Amino acid sequence: MDVAIEFIDVTKSYPLYHHIGSGLKDLLFHPERIFQLLRGKKYLAIENISFQVKKGEAVALIGRNGAGKSTSLGLVAGVMKPSKGKVITHGRIASMLELGGGFHPELTGRENIILNATLLGLRKKEVLARLDRIIEFSELGEFIDEPIRVYSSGMLAKLGFSVITQVEPDILIIDEVLAVGDLAFQKKCLETINDFKQRGVTILFVSHSSSDVAKICDKVIWIENHNVKKIGTASAILPQYRAELIEETPEEARAEATAQNIQFTGNGNKES
Amino acid sequence: MTSLAYLYDLIAVFTKKDLKVRYKSSFFGYLWSIANPLLFAMTYYFIFKLVMRVQIPDYTIFLITGLFPWQWFNNAVNNSLFAYLSNAQIVKKTVFPRSVIPFCGALMEFFHFLCTLPVIVIFLWVYNLSPSMTWLWGVPLISLAQMLFIYGISLILSSLNLFFRDLERFVSLGLILLFYCTPILYSTDLIPAKYHDMILSNPMSGMILAWRDLFMHGVIDYNELFTLYGYGIVAMALGCLIFNSLKSRFAEIL
Repeated sequence: MDVAIEFIDVTKSYPLYHHIGSGLKDLLFHPERIFQLLRGKKYLAIENISFQVKKGEAVALIGRNGAGKSTSLGLVAGVMKPSKGKVITHGRIASMLELGGGFHPELTGRENIILNATLLGLRKKEVLARLDRIIEFSELGEFIDEPIRVYSSGMLAKLGFSVITQVEPDILIIDEVLAVGDLAFQKKCLETINDFKQRGVTILFVSHSSSDVAKICDKVIWIENHNVKKIGTASAILPQYRAELIEETPEEARAEATAQNIQFTGNGNKES
Repeated sequence: MTSLAYLYDLIAVFTKKDLKVRYKSSFFGYLWSIANPLLFAMTYYFIFKLVMRVQIPDYTIFLITGLFPWQWFNNAVNNSLFAYLSNAQIVKKTVFPRSVIPFCGALMEFFHFLCTLPVIVIFLWVYNLSPSMTWLWGVPLISLAQMLFIYGISLILSSLNLFFRDLERFVSLGLILLFYCTPILYSTDLIPAKYHDMILSNPMSGMILAWRDLFMHGVIDYNELFTLYGYGIVAMALGCLIFNSLKSRFAEIL
């Protein structure tokens, strides 16, 4: 069991559900339109992607907004099924929940930890046994018994990350969440992630900060236009990636961003 | 992979969360879930007993023994529409068994229903009646049948509502219609013969009648109960079918 994650010719396309919103009206008055939608318009998020991540590797997915990174993460986490191809994973997967997502604003930090850790696959007695360690890691002090609607975004990030530290996953998915905490906490997170790495946990990391990527990951998968552009060591790929980003003059970059926005209005907020 | 023990933990944690969230900032807490059907019972009592002079003995008990189980069904079905919508982030990021969410919704409303049982007992005493021993197995038996039925419908509605948001409107209209097509406010012998079959073919009619027989007379009609389980199993089968064929798309659409 050397391989932790394997993508074999994976394609993922979504129907543009956005347009089905007013479904029943169309169903009653223009049934043919529904069929057109269901059959025709599909948004191709990733196309024929293949790669392997070995056990214990720390891998970063990089690429522009809308390149297909979040879709890939969704496929690894198992919340989505590929349209074509195969995704193989070994071991318990934990993905760090987005800021505030998965947390309920009315519940206290403590209650949210229990909810979150249970959702990530821990038995209740395991959660209770680790509760103190989680709270200690979060550095939230007496705020832990306040409803999290009064938390700052930094505090939410601390809460989310501290839950992850005690879940003992085999594969850890981190989706651009480190940017919010204060510097001291960011450092602590990086240390924890490196700790995980030492213990042989496979890490899949998405970030737009190439310095964070360089600190954590040995391998980089560069995704562009829904395809794998390059796979290689961080030190080899990152300079090329940076160079390409800089190469685009600001005007072009802006035009590109607008084009992508238009492309993505039909797709809800798949990339957030 | 997911053991029953873990499933139990998940349900416990989730239901607790739902209960806490609902009563977090309300002073009277669960009393509200009794206040609501009681207020309706008072209104209906005034209209039908005092104004229209319906000749049904013990009309207050008659009303609440129908209204309380109906409330369970009604609220659970209504809430199930938003089971996944209101937990979008969790569904998008984690892979716990999704079927747990609508189950917890139905379970929470069941607890509310249990909380209304003392109210029924009090009213029985007021009318010089008393609860019967048959409740001991009657309540669990009918509850299970109704739970199956509600959970099946919840699975269908919570999944379909992600794809057809219009469903919400249809369901709220449908529930109002179903309420008046169920013998809650009236007894079956008041229904004109030609509508008799129509009213009684509604699954909730059987449920309500079973509850009322149990609460007011301490009687369980086992043939009827068998039919109720039939409805429950059909609803569950349909629910599982629809839920299973759509569940892998939840994360895409949310």
